[in-house]
Amino acid sequence: MAKKNNKKDYQSSRVLSPKERTANIIIFIVLALFAFTMVFPLIYMVATSFMTKNQILSGKLTIFPDPILIGKYSEVMQKGQFISGIINTVIVEIPVLLFGGFTSSLAAFAFAKMNFRGKNALFLALLATIMIPFAVVMIPQYVLFTRLRWTNSLLPLIIPGCFGNVSMIFFLRQNLYSIPSELMDAAKIDGSGYFGIYARIFLPLMKGALGTQLMLWFMGIWNDYLAPTIFLRSEKYWTLQVVIRSFNHYYAIQSDYALIMAASVIAMLPTLVLFFLFQRVIIESIAISGIK
Amino acid sequence: MAGKKVKPRMSAMAKREERWAWLFIAAPFIGFLLFMAYPIVFAVIASTSKWTGLNSLWGNIVGLQNYAKILQDAKFWKAMGTTIIYMIGIPIGMILGMLIAMGLNRGIPGKRVLTTMYYVPVVSSLVAVSILWAWVFNYDYGLFNGIYKALTGAHGPNWLGDEHMVKVSMIIFMVWKGLGGSIILYLAGLQNIPRDYYEAAMIDGANSLAKFRSITFPLLSPVTFYILITTMIGGFQVFVEVQVMTNAGGPNYSAATVVYYLYEKAFTNGQLGYGSAVAVLLAIIIFIITAINFRVQDKWVKTID
Repeated sequence: MAKKNNKKDYQSSRVLSPKERTANIIIFIVLALFAFTMVFPLIYMVATSFMTKNQILSGKLTIFPDPILIGKYSEVMQKGQFISGIINTVIVEIPVLLFGGFTSSLAAFAFAKMNFRGKNALFLALLATIMIPFAVVMIPQYVLFTRLRWTNSLLPLIIPGCFGNVSMIFFLRQNLYSIPSELMDAAKIDGSGYFGIYARIFLPLMKGALGTQLMLWFMGIWNDYLAPTIFLRSEKYWTLQVVIRSFNHYYAIQSDYALIMAASVIAMLPTLVLFFLFQRVIIESIAISGIK
Repeated sequence: MAGKKVKPRMSAMAKREERWAWLFIAAPFIGFLLFMAYPIVFAVIASTSKWTGLNSLWGNIVGLQNYAKILQDAKFWKAMGTTIIYMIGIPIGMILGMLIAMGLNRGIPGKRVLTTMYYVPVVSSLVAVSILWAWVFNYDYGLFNGIYKALTGAHGPNWLGDEHMVKVSMIIFMVWKGLGGSIILYLAGLQNIPRDYYEAAMIDGANSLAKFRSITFPLLSPVTFYILITTMIGGFQVFVEVQVMTNAGGPNYSAATVVYYLYEKAFTNGQLGYGSAVAVLLAIIIFIITAINFRVQDKWVKTID
């Protein structure tokens, strides 16, 4: 912490030459313009969702909706399939985050703070799975879930997640290394059981890291498309991303772009809101992955 | 392991700890066996069978025939070529990401807001933004051709409808979607470079270009390496944007990727054995590329000691 502050003080106390200052102004303008270009398609998406069909298909370049039409949002929200898509996604999220968060943090605790034979080998075996593309295992998984008769339910998306998430175990283990192991020894001398030590001492201490990881996982599940398209054979169980993709299929032919855009905006909203609220911790935890 | 034998016995307490630890890691480990290890073994076996999911896997073993067929299929090579062409976006994204991160790291105002703006596409749903970009690229009414017409008065290119243009469009999309990720990683890397290196260079009278060449670039090389590895692995798995933005893999199959080809064979045509062989090939290719990357990394990746 002290080191960080020093760095900042040094930076701010440095006197910029006029040349450097002009350079900074130019760089700021360029970066701001480019950042605006980056988010512009998303702004255009929101704008389109408020436009009338006539305006969209006028063939002229228009960005501001005139008149502003909010009807497409209520139209989307009245579509049964859209609502059931949201409900199905939530049904997947809750047990996965609850059980998966529990199993992952418990395993991270064991890997970081307990001694056992085969610890490193087991950890490396788990870590290697991050490198294996989903495309490689999707056919066997599909066959497995079909044989278990799970493809007519949400189970293919729920059960595997409940066993834990390797990147979460990795990050929590990293986080637990920064907590002194003396806490562990002291609790052992007090005669606490291992689960008690996890639940009462270390779980509260990794709350922050656990929260961030759960948030990232939430976003991952929310935005997941490939696994749901393969594993969910019945439309009744489609998750949100599969539903909006089917909207695109159907309404693009009818050129109802306002409706498609409105549906997409709603589908993106939860992850964007989460990101804006917690951007500092989210960005930090992603930056760590590149440096470690 | 040899050291263990010399020790008389594990203490009762150590034994107890070990049992609890194994219990605590049991869930992820069982998950690993069921949903990763078993499927990989299964995929390798299935890849040697003319299996459709309806017939018997073991009764239709054909050896390496599936692999031979794949390697003779022009469609596979086309998809492979397109997958590699899409990777042109990787260096573009890395150069842009590095430049933007260096700009943001100069202590300019609004750094946090700008970083957020660059990162928004990364956290956005891939399906939703693919739908959005299909609309942006729309030939008649899309944003790009709207701007094009406003500027030149002529009709713009057929972004997704032309065999060559569709590749350009996909690369633009992928750079847009992933740029924020490299910016954040490069920013973190830049903040890790000790300031005194630059100070020393300044005393030596080094100009900006020299500072970049001898300090910034080499010290960012671990981050560059990380981005290269992860984006290349990701590059071999491109699928969703192709499926959402194009129809049946684009005009004349020109937008299809290897995973698109795999998906089509396995889940549209029901050739599960053949699809498994594509999956195994894909895994081998990714493994080789990653191994080569790690092999050559000590030639150019520098670390701060």
